[in-house]
Amino acid sequence: MTQMLYYINIGTAFLLLIGMALLLARLLSGPTLYDRILAVNSFGTKTVLFLAVFALIIGRDDGVDIAILYALMNFIATIAVLKFFRYSALGISLDDDFIEDEDTVPKASEKKETPI
Amino acid sequence: MNFLTPAFILDVGLLAMLVVVAFAVVRLRSLFAIVMLQGVYSLISAAWFVSLDAVDVAFTEAAVGAGISTVLMLGAMLLTEREVKPVPMRRQWAPLFIVVITGMAMFYAIGDMPVFGDPNSIANATLGVEYVEATKSQIIIPNVVSAVLASYRGYDTFGETVVVFVAGLGIVLLLGLNGNAGKWRAKPNGQDVSQIGAEDAS
Repeated sequence: MTQMLYYINIGTAFLLLIGMALLLARLLSGPTLYDRILAVNSFGTKTVLFLAVFALIIGRDDGVDIAILYALMNFIATIAVLKFFRYSALGISLDDDFIEDEDTVPKASEKKETPI
Repeated sequence: MNFLTPAFILDVGLLAMLVVVAFAVVRLRSLFAIVMLQGVYSLISAAWFVSLDAVDVAFTEAAVGAGISTVLMLGAMLLTEREVKPVPMRRQWAPLFIVVITGMAMFYAIGDMPVFGDPNSIANATLGVEYVEATKSQIIIPNVVSAVLASYRGYDTFGETVVVFVAGLGIVLLLGLNGNAGKWRAKPNGQDVSQIGAEDAS
């Protein structure tokens, strides 16, 4: 039974690696910017899963801690990227009264498609 | 067939992806894609560090490489253009030469490295053993790495912390991540960078 679980873990790790390679291809070719953001975000998720499985394979429980840290960091990076494209600035508070300030938020009519 | 363990093959896969990402970072022109790829690079290399049993290094790489540097790079991108200017070919030969020489020197140095986990290597035979044995009685904590960093080499770590603090201060001053940052836009040559896209669209 333990042996079978081991093989299942290894198979999962290989499949996750293939998925990471596919996402990498999307990230490199990605015609639009949002493809790239999505690819990076899912790549982070794949890495979290891969680390958890890999920790089981090599028999170290610490890998799960790192997987959790990855999930948190992935979230921070995604928020930073989205703020970058919505406000063209990173130091903006997400409070409601701040968002209503007309200087900082581009109106919907003048929303720009950043050429990337 | 000692080499063909599953962990080894997975390592090879991770390293192959690192090579692909590294070449893509060099070849791509879009700065945003490069920043994203750098985040992916540190994610992959941290996964590889875990497989090398360097869990603490992987932790640092995940926190600094994937998290903070992506944010800082995006902050720096706000101050510049969105595309890399191509470098003419005649200016690429000298860097290539330096990189090739450095790489050859590193390959030459591999021969002098001790075998992984060799008990007779300098790191494992002399001072390291003292630290490992004395930590329990002198510092009274179980983690030897923490004992070395925070106590045996405490002043060294303090100096590093000061350097890192000054570097962070400089970055914050450069990027303007302070309280005014939301209202402040970079204007190189009197041109508002953050409005360029809007002018093109209208």
